Order: sequence, then C-alpha cells, then structure tokens
Amino acid sequence: MSTLKNTLLDPIFKNNPIGLQVLGICSALAVTNKLETSLAMGAAVTLVTAFASLAVSLIRRHIPASIRIIVQMTIIASLVILADQILKAFFFEISKSMSVYVGLIITNCIIMGRAEGYALSNTPLKSFIDGIGNGLGYSVVLIFVGVFRELLGSGTLLGHAVLPLTKNGGWYQPNGLMVLAPSAFFLIAIFIWVVRSLDKSQQEEG
Amino acid sequence: MQSLFDIFFTSIFTQNMALAFFLGMCTFLAVSKKVKTAIGLGVAVIVVQLITVPVNNLIYTHILREGALRWIADDLRSIDLGFIGLIIYIGVIAAMVQILEMTLDRYFPALYNALGIFLPLITVNCAILGGTLFMVERDYNFTQSVVYGAGSGIGWALAIVLLAGVREKLKYSHPPAGLRGLGLTFVVVGLMAIGFLAFSGI
Repeated sequence: MSTLKNTLLDPIFKNNPIGLQVLGICSALAVTNKLETSLAMGAAVTLVTAFASLAVSLIRRHIPASIRIIVQMTIIASLVILADQILKAFFFEISKSMSVYVGLIITNCIIMGRAEGYALSNTPLKSFIDGIGNGLGYSVVLIFVGVFRELLGSGTLLGHAVLPLTKNGGWYQPNGLMVLAPSAFFLIAIFIWVVRSLDKSQQEEG
Repeated sequence: MQSLFDIFFTSIFTQNMALAFFLGMCTFLAVSKKVKTAIGLGVAVIVVQLITVPVNNLIYTHILREGALRWIADDLRSIDLGFIGLIIYIGVIAAMVQILEMTLDRYFPALYNALGIFLPLITVNCAILGGTLFMVERDYNFTQSVVYGAGSGIGWALAIVLLAGVREKLKYSHPPAGLRGLGLTFVVVGLMAIGFLAFSGI
C-alpha cells in the first residue's frame, strides 16, 4: 500500500504541481486574496481533478487516441459545470466573489495534465488517488498564499479579525499591496524559494 | 455605456489579462524564454482572441441567454441555457483553433510555420476562455466584444513579449540557487504587474 500513499503524498511537496511542474497557475492566483475563496477553489479543483482522472481512467481502453483530448475536455467541462452549480446553490457569496474563475477550472492545466499524463496509463483507483494528491498539492500553495494575503492585507482570517486594524483602534496598519495582484507573484516566488532551498534536487541549472 | 476606446484601453493596460487577472499563466511562464517565440505566441493569441470572443458573443446572445431562443418560437422564451455555456465555449474555442490551423496551413503556410506548435496550445490557454467569460459577465454587445477581444489579446501579447525581453537579460544574473529559474520569473512578473498598476491612474 506504500505506493498508494506515495501517489497521494508525493505531489504535495516533492512534486508540487505549481512549484515544480508549473501547472495550473492561471486560475490559482486571482482567488487567493481571501482564505475563504482559496479553500473553496482548492476543494473544487481537488474534486474535479480526482473525478476527471477516475472517469478518464475507467474508459481509457475505449478512447481512440486521436480524439482523446476532446473526450477529456468534455469530461472535465461537465465536472466543472457540476462544481459551478453546487457552489452557486450552497455557497452563493463565495461563488460570486470567485466570478469567472470557477469556469476557468476547465483550462486549469493540472486537470488536463493528470488525465493525459497519469490516468491514461493507470488503474482507476490509483488515478483517483493521484488526482486527490495533485489537487491537495495545488491547495497547499493556494492556502499558503491565501493566509498571507488575507492576514497582511486586511488583518483577518476567514473574515475574523486577527490583527486589530488601526482604523478600528488597533495597532495593525494593513498592507494594501497584499490585496492587489502583484503580491501573489511574490508569495509564490517565496514559496518556490523555500521549497527548493529545502530540497536541492528541485533547483534549476544556472 | 462604456465607450469603445475605454474598453480597448483598459483591456490592454489596467485590466491586462496576464498581469491583473493571472490568465494564461502556464504558457506565459513556459514560453517566455525567448523574445522571438514570445512574439509568435502573442500574435496567435491576438488572432484567436479576436475570433472567439465575438463568435461566443453571438452564441451567447442568440442561443444561450435567457429568452434568447425567442426567434425560433415564442414558447421557448423561458428557456435559459446559460448553465451549459462552459462546455459550448470551450468547444467553440477548440473548433476555432482547429479551423484557423487548417486555414493557415492551406493559404498562409509562412504564417502557419511561424506559429507552429503554439496554435494547438492556445486551446487550453485560460486567457482565451477567460476573455469569453468576462465578455459574458460584463454583458458586452457585439461591437464591444470585437474591441474587447482585440484589446485583451494585444495586452496579453504585450505582457509576454516584455517578460521574454527581461528573461533574456536575466540569464546574466546570479540569483540565489533556490530562486533560479521559475522563482525569479515570478518576482519579475510581480514587478511588471506593479508597473502596469500605474496605468490605472490615467
């Protein structure tokens, strides 16, 4: 069973989809200015990746190679529509603040990459676990960025005040830059820097 | 109503697809090592964006939107097909890219060879789908969607060419080992995003 465990855990740090494979950054960064949306995005992507991998793996012997991309696209798009509808029905506020980025999960390269690179040649159970693992690896980065941006940008976590703001009589002066787009790039750069300093094998040749 | 010039200008600078909305990041980071390839991909994105956004706009206003099917029969007025939008848009994009590829191959072989592998890559570029989704969300009409498609494509192309220029020079720098490559690229993109923020003052 150790291989199943490795399939699940490897993508989280050792082979992180964002840090090492440079996949799925597109839709990741924009929703991370609050922890709440980061969590929702992470959960949605994890589930879509897992079930897309499962579905592709189940029918992998029946898909003709020439049309596999469009088959995968259709599966992924259907799952994303499902996720979008669920978010709209039960978490309307979050879904509203994520706006178009829910739909953009379709073009999140992690999902396509795992379906194409892993699920097409592995058993359904392994593919499902692999999908969850990669989804979690993606969520870890999202949560890391989300925590810092919300904490430093508006002094709150999940909407609860953690650092008392100066305008409410506290001592913390919020860093406005953290709410804006560029800070996400810097935070990801720091994340990559830390991970690669700890694990030298991930460093690039100079 | 937002003026056309306004849409064009904001979609290039203040609401730049790559730097303000993080769209098309995967290809943005992967294909920005050389200025020449960056220009090829940039042109391809402009062309595809200019075609798909207006086409999806027509599909949205005449088929998917609530009450849009009225032109077939009055009974169909209450049908809202908005929920299958995603699957239709991605299908349209994939089909458009395929048609464009075949047309270029047949009539403009020089351009086809120049764009090469980048055309199929564009199908999974989130900037393209993102352009369509923003167009739907902001309720643009047909003319506005043409202008928006052009503007957002140009903005994305501009960003990737600039980044490629910076990265070519970065080869001569000596960053800390862990930051080398991808990490440093993120820092550069962050600085560029701050630069583009300055346009919002105009």
